[in-house]
Amino acid sequence: MKRFIIFGATSAIACACARLWVAQGHSLFLVGRDRAKLENQLADLRVRASPGQYLDSMSANLNDLEQHESIFSRAEAVLGGVDVVFIAHGTLPDQKACELSVGQTMDEIQTNALSVISLLTLAANRFEAQGSGVIAAISSVAGDRGRQSNYVYGAAKGMVTIFLQGLRNRLAKKGVAVVSIKPGFVDTPMTVQFDKKGLLWVQPETIAQGIVKAVEQRRNAVYLPGVWRWIMLVIRHIPEAIFKRLSL
Amino acid sequence: MMITSWNRYPLVSHTNVLDAVHRHESLPITSGPLLAFGSGRSYGDVCLNEGGVLLRTRRMDRFIAFDESTGVLVCESGVLLADILDLVVPQGWFLPVTPGTRFVTVGGAIANDVHGKNHHIQGNFGHHVRKFELLRSDGERKLCCPDKNIDWFRATIGGLGLTGLITWVELQLLPIINPFMITESKRFHSLDDFWELSAEAESQWPYTVAWIDCTATGKRQGRGILMLGQHAPAQADLPTWKERPRRFPVDPPFSLVNTLSVRAFNLLYYNKPIKKGLALTHYKPYFYPLDGMLEWNRMYGRKGFFQYQCVLPPEASQEGIRDLLNIIANSGSGSFLAVLKTFGSKISQGMLSFPRPGATLALDFPNQGKRTLRLLNELDAVVREAGGALYPAKDARMPSELFRSAYPLWEQFSTFIDPQFSSSFWRRVKE
Repeated sequence: MKRFIIFGATSAIACACARLWVAQGHSLFLVGRDRAKLENQLADLRVRASPGQYLDSMSANLNDLEQHESIFSRAEAVLGGVDVVFIAHGTLPDQKACELSVGQTMDEIQTNALSVISLLTLAANRFEAQGSGVIAAISSVAGDRGRQSNYVYGAAKGMVTIFLQGLRNRLAKKGVAVVSIKPGFVDTPMTVQFDKKGLLWVQPETIAQGIVKAVEQRRNAVYLPGVWRWIMLVIRHIPEAIFKRLSL
Repeated sequence: MMITSWNRYPLVSHTNVLDAVHRHESLPITSGPLLAFGSGRSYGDVCLNEGGVLLRTRRMDRFIAFDESTGVLVCESGVLLADILDLVVPQGWFLPVTPGTRFVTVGGAIANDVHGKNHHIQGNFGHHVRKFELLRSDGERKLCCPDKNIDWFRATIGGLGLTGLITWVELQLLPIINPFMITESKRFHSLDDFWELSAEAESQWPYTVAWIDCTATGKRQGRGILMLGQHAPAQADLPTWKERPRRFPVDPPFSLVNTLSVRAFNLLYYNKPIKKGLALTHYKPYFYPLDGMLEWNRMYGRKGFFQYQCVLPPEASQEGIRDLLNIIANSGSGSFLAVLKTFGSKISQGMLSFPRPGATLALDFPNQGKRTLRLLNELDAVVREAGGALYPAKDARMPSELFRSAYPLWEQFSTFIDPQFSSSFWRRVKE
């Protein structure tokens, strides 16, 4: 049995992961913004769990970096230690609105990159000291190359991707695994405004299975579903002279 | 967005498809009519809303509470019956009533007041609903149970999703000891044999249903296999069983179901070897034989199929079922498997509930356009004459007057419809 902290626990992907981890017998500490959603989720997980599993939650605005230290302390206190940190929170910005507003662009970078980096730093220092643990964070295929249609989100996720690479390099010798998760198009409330007919759209439950496996196997970086590894390989290698003319 | 239900007919365009995710949030404000859409496992247009908005409920799929000592389960309306079984069977509980697929939502099971093979003992799904919350488009949340808002309770059970959004549900489950069933199959050689055998079996078995060969004529008419079941006792010597779901592999452009395949199948099915005496069967293949073949609806091709399920009152059952089988056999357009079962006398809770005393016959017909519609009209005439009813959950074409005469409370029911809600089915039968 392992002890998990899940940040952004009420997101569709994290919800699906939490159910799988509970079914495996693990204990979870959920962190999310909306108290009512958290409580509903916690009740659901409690029905699915055994009496021996510990489940608790805490509502927090993760953009308030000051709180991060106390969230970790509380989770450690109630779980009696932490083995896995999973960071799943994020927002999908309105790219056009961001282009017109520096404030909004900065807010999105704050939510999708800076708050994640703060949590990663705290998790890394703790796990480095204890000499064990898995840190997993959801980045995105959008972080692999900037595109006109969502480069604010892409830049934030790209920062997370690079940061995770660095952490992985730093912690590899310390018994700590760092897992970068790069999903493609997922049918969640975050993407409600898109038409989801295409073959590349998948359900959050599918992504969750991939995440649970990647955490278990202490993988480095996974594309979910795996086909995105090849799609992004192509996208990353298109010469800039051509890429800038494309409308992607 | 173009959407169909399980039988792939009709294919209907919607202006928008939204997700209900959190039960404490209010309903979306839409310009056109709204309708909750669960798993889309009904047949026809009862879950469709042409030109309007569908509110999918599958993301509203949380459990709220389960008391394993009393078997009372509280969950959101988008939870699948399959998810409930996965949770409660290991803890010694079962759904008191289940339809022939477990891939339906709880909300859908209530909205269609579904029934199962144990109707003669347990009645409908609605009989085991202790309470639920109904969210109306004006923001009101009504707690409905048999001693509070009883009218709303009766309108919403079997209310085809028209009274508002069911957000959560409290169910009383049935105690069991293990996941296995004691089953017995009995072959019968004619309709007369069926009536006799079925009446006797119902006094002894909680679950009974018959598959009949709808292509057989003359003295053999109505021959088939009666399948009996009960939950296995504590000390049963349980076999091992592992689920191996298969998927219907292709999406053929035309129906693979035709006169020839139906005849061959029915002949084989009727003559399949039957184990003498009692057998132990896992509950999944017993209750959900078709769930073992994912996407079996593809078999009927792109045009889809019609399901036809009627109930005939007891006094008209024997003659009526005979007439229906005559018409089907003469048409040459048979169904793979026809299902025949007698309903018990438990009065349905819902104003628009389908089950009522008598015999119910269910069949699938590949959609061959006008030819099939003509056949179904002929069947309607028998149902009308007998004073029977068609099942809205399995209907894509019943005439308005047949609906009104079979569901005399429809006018009273219509005063409970949420002003923002409607469905293709409702607009069709109301005209």
